[in-house]
Amino acid sequence: MNRLYPLLLLVTAAMFAYAPFMILAAPYESTMGLIQKIFYFHAPVAMTMFVSAFVCGIASAIFLFGGRPGADRVAMAAAELTSILGLIVLVTGPMWARKAWGVWWQWDARLTSTLVLWLIFQAYLLLRRFGGPGSDRLAAGVALFGMANVPFVYWSVNVWRTVHPTTTVVPSLQPGMRGPFWYCFLAFVLLYVSVLGVRTRLEKRRAELEALYLAVEE
Amino acid sequence: MRFVETVWLVTRKDLLIEARSKEILYTTLFFAVSCVLVFAFGFVREGRPLGDAAAGILWIAIAFSGTLALGRAFERERQSETLRALMMSPIDRPALYVGKLCGVLILLAAVELIVVPLVGLMFQAPLFAHPVLMIGLLLTGTVGFAAVGTLFAAMLVRARSRDVLLPVLLYPITIPVIIAGVRGTAALLQAEVDEPMARAWLSMLVFFDVVFVTLALWTFEPVMTE
Repeated sequence: MNRLYPLLLLVTAAMFAYAPFMILAAPYESTMGLIQKIFYFHAPVAMTMFVSAFVCGIASAIFLFGGRPGADRVAMAAAELTSILGLIVLVTGPMWARKAWGVWWQWDARLTSTLVLWLIFQAYLLLRRFGGPGSDRLAAGVALFGMANVPFVYWSVNVWRTVHPTTTVVPSLQPGMRGPFWYCFLAFVLLYVSVLGVRTRLEKRRAELEALYLAVEE
Repeated sequence: MRFVETVWLVTRKDLLIEARSKEILYTTLFFAVSCVLVFAFGFVREGRPLGDAAAGILWIAIAFSGTLALGRAFERERQSETLRALMMSPIDRPALYVGKLCGVLILLAAVELIVVPLVGLMFQAPLFAHPVLMIGLLLTGTVGFAAVGTLFAAMLVRARSRDVLLPVLLYPITIPVIIAGVRGTAALLQAEVDEPMARAWLSMLVFFDVVFVTLALWTFEPVMTE
């Protein structure tokens, strides 16, 4: 991983640098015009957030049932990233909604359930920060409930009548928009993987340092 | 058979302690009634409640007083390390969880027995016009809330700042249950009763119950193992 890491970072940076040109070149949506361009940012981040919530949940399950401390570090890094990605989703969404629907926020199923998902991961981080010793196992339990919420958020637009576009939008994109969209998604996933890697490593170093301190004290 | 027996023993233990002290029942009940009163002042204009207020207030009272009861029920186990004793006893962990859950459920049912008619009376809400659906909503909603609550309250017994963390963890996860309960109840309280809508929310609650109870049974053992 160590040798591949600079390469990964370079590719991610290059992809992000080129992304604005791809988005600029994509055709304008007929009714929304320029404001639709935020979609290339909003939807890929939301999808990466779902991936992140799953990474956190699965890593937590491995930690809980397999007892591997490494999985717990991945889960913690993923939870932090889920919370940041969720914040981006919850900020970019209303920016678009203000122009498209005329309001910043609407209490519909997709918006509410996304907010709930974000809150669960905030609760996870609060528990880890203030729960004291042993809170890693408890937090893993919370993460499993957070992961269970993801399919609910995803399907919410199809079950209820909502103002939010449904899941059929992405598969039915017109050809000119499809390329930039998946390009942006890939860029965000690469960014996610690189940040997750760094954060997990940092956590590992911290655990090692703590173990060393304990060894010195003894 | 052993499973059911263990569940019964744990539940009976909790109910016996509660029957002798009545501490949780009285405090929770008083808290629930004060909750209803506080919200009544917020949602009643010129003597008439706002639309849907009764459904919301009912479920907020259940959720808030439920949190209080859960916290107390496990604080009691912590004080003399009896939860540790329970965990050391040679019984199935899931049976222990279900036993605690049943105890909490019976307590909350007793609270609802008072609070539901009270809300119906004070907000002129015809809560018993469709008794089967209403009881179904209350039952499934309470089970969903208590299933997550029992797991987290048990988890947090060992944690620092547990009093704050219980609601912090519990509300985001159980919000879907509370939303379904409120919307289902509101559908029954409308001027034109929307029975299919209430049934849809009821099936939603059953779905949440299945997911939450399964997850809780699955995670209770590894989470509680030190």
